[in-house]
Amino acid sequence: MTKSPESPTKRRDRVARVLHGLAVALLIFALLAPLFAFLINAFAFRWFYPQLIPSEFSLRAWQSIFGPNSKVVGALWSSAAIAIGVTISSVIIGLPAARALGLYSFKGKRIVEFLILSPTIVPGIAVAMGLNINFIRWGLAGSHFGVALVHLVPVMPYVVLTLSGVFANYNPEFEEQARSLGAGPIATFRYVTFPAVFPGIVVASLFAFLISWSQYILTFLIGGGRVVTMPILLFSTSAGGNEALTAAMSLVFIAPAVLFLVLSSRFLSGKSGAIGGFGKV
Amino acid sequence: MTQVNLRHLRKLYPGAQIAAVDDLSLEVPSGRLIAFLGPSGCGKTTTLKMIAGLIPPSGGEITFDGQDVSAVPAEKRGAVMVFQNYLLFPYMSIGDNVGFGLKMRGEDKAVIKKRVGEMLELVKLPDIASRRPTQLSGGQQQRVALARALITNPNVLLLDEPLSNLDAHLRDEMRELIVSIQRDLEVTTIFVTHDQEEAVLLADQVALMFDGELKQYAAPEEFYQRPVSERAARFFGGVNFIPAERKAEQILTPIGDFSFQAANRETAPTGKANLTIRPEQLKLNEDGAANTVSGKVRSRIYVGTYTRYKILIGEYEVEVIRTADMPGDINEGDEVRVTFPADRMWLVEGG
Repeated sequence: MTKSPESPTKRRDRVARVLHGLAVALLIFALLAPLFAFLINAFAFRWFYPQLIPSEFSLRAWQSIFGPNSKVVGALWSSAAIAIGVTISSVIIGLPAARALGLYSFKGKRIVEFLILSPTIVPGIAVAMGLNINFIRWGLAGSHFGVALVHLVPVMPYVVLTLSGVFANYNPEFEEQARSLGAGPIATFRYVTFPAVFPGIVVASLFAFLISWSQYILTFLIGGGRVVTMPILLFSTSAGGNEALTAAMSLVFIAPAVLFLVLSSRFLSGKSGAIGGFGKV
Repeated sequence: MTQVNLRHLRKLYPGAQIAAVDDLSLEVPSGRLIAFLGPSGCGKTTTLKMIAGLIPPSGGEITFDGQDVSAVPAEKRGAVMVFQNYLLFPYMSIGDNVGFGLKMRGEDKAVIKKRVGEMLELVKLPDIASRRPTQLSGGQQQRVALARALITNPNVLLLDEPLSNLDAHLRDEMRELIVSIQRDLEVTTIFVTHDQEEAVLLADQVALMFDGELKQYAAPEEFYQRPVSERAARFFGGVNFIPAERKAEQILTPIGDFSFQAANRETAPTGKANLTIRPEQLKLNEDGAANTVSGKVRSRIYVGTYTRYKILIGEYEVEVIRTADMPGDINEGDEVRVTFPADRMWLVEGG
């Protein structure tokens, strides 16, 4: 009995499977390798070329991060206050805009869409330079509020686009039905509109939070050194040359973002309605 | 029980040239079931939503028991609408859906639970309160939507195409359920449909609408025996129209002159008009009958419960439906005598 040769389609399938596995492994490696380097660095004390592993480990970097003279805790609070404020206000501003774009057609809709998208095209530094003069004039420069305000510029396009995708799949007759059954405007929003768009709000919040959280240049220009967020502190620390401290701070900086991502991940899957209309962009 | 009156009701959507609903006046008697009938885009759903308070009228007046409700918002009007696609809230259980109206009124949880049970009983779906809308069939969802609308004892029940999304057999069942619940609760009910059969089977009175205007508001039989226009007659399956001129009790037509003895004939148009008669009311080969002309059978179609003939009289073709013919009784090409019974003909406006 001779062994029957493998059919060409079967072979192609096997090659595809191997390539797929390889690609996933590569992706995971590319994402995790820098983090792994940080992790080692954060606990390293002496680590010189050509050592593969540091010759001595220590907790000094961590002690200085959470120590009494540390600026990290303050910077974390600044970052969190700004990012949370930006997230909440961007959703409140974005919901009506997204509803209008997702549900209705009106004159100049394309122009409005383009204007909302434009911050993704125009470099943030150009916007910030222009705004800076006015922010100084209005007394907003150097304040947390001013920084949060300028963070809204890069955040809004993502929030509006995400939410308008949700509204594109939304039937406003549900609201009419609720009103007909005796629900006033507030009850209608609470029991009908909000549950329907909630997954979209989670995803939009994730974008808003992450964009604000990792913003450097706008914070730097508008904050003028007086608003010290994590990216600002991280940048100056890394310039200082203490690699262990930089690595430890980076891990602290990444942690909340990863946590938020994990918590909201079930709304990011293709099965969720939240990003259903995303292809519409 | 609430009497609903519409007076000169009008809706012009922003940017539109033609009014979606124009000068619509009618009275819905308390506790009755009436239908808004018309082709899609005739303004019937717009009218329903205006009564519900979901669309503001551009003019005219809506009264419930004589009280103008134009300024009353939808949630306080007590005119509950059931939408065509049921719109059960997907995030809530069936019980929460049905109890929604009472919850909005701030009723006690125990009261709501008890009433939800009663309403689900009423629509013959007990024991499903804990299920989710997606677990139900279309017919079940429709019944839940009905229970949800009725739980607050509304003044007026508004149904938008209540049967159009159901299969044929479910439709009969649902129709009977709607009629029996409506009779039991005596809730004033208005429903919208594009299906004349549905309107005739369900409604006490039918409001026929074309192009945003009310054309005829009458009991269902009227539309068959005394249609107001050729278009109204055609909407109810009328097919025979022959140009005619009425002179007192005589109808003069190119195919012959007939005596006209229909009931209420004083309301029929005089002068130039169109003679119309239902295909099932024409008679063939009646011995010694008046109003009889001769014609030739152009075609014969056997449909099972009835046979449909097309008969050429002069240069006009008429359709005749007979229910008791055997094959071979009347064949294609036969010469036949066609009787236009004097009390069955009607006249409609036309050239």
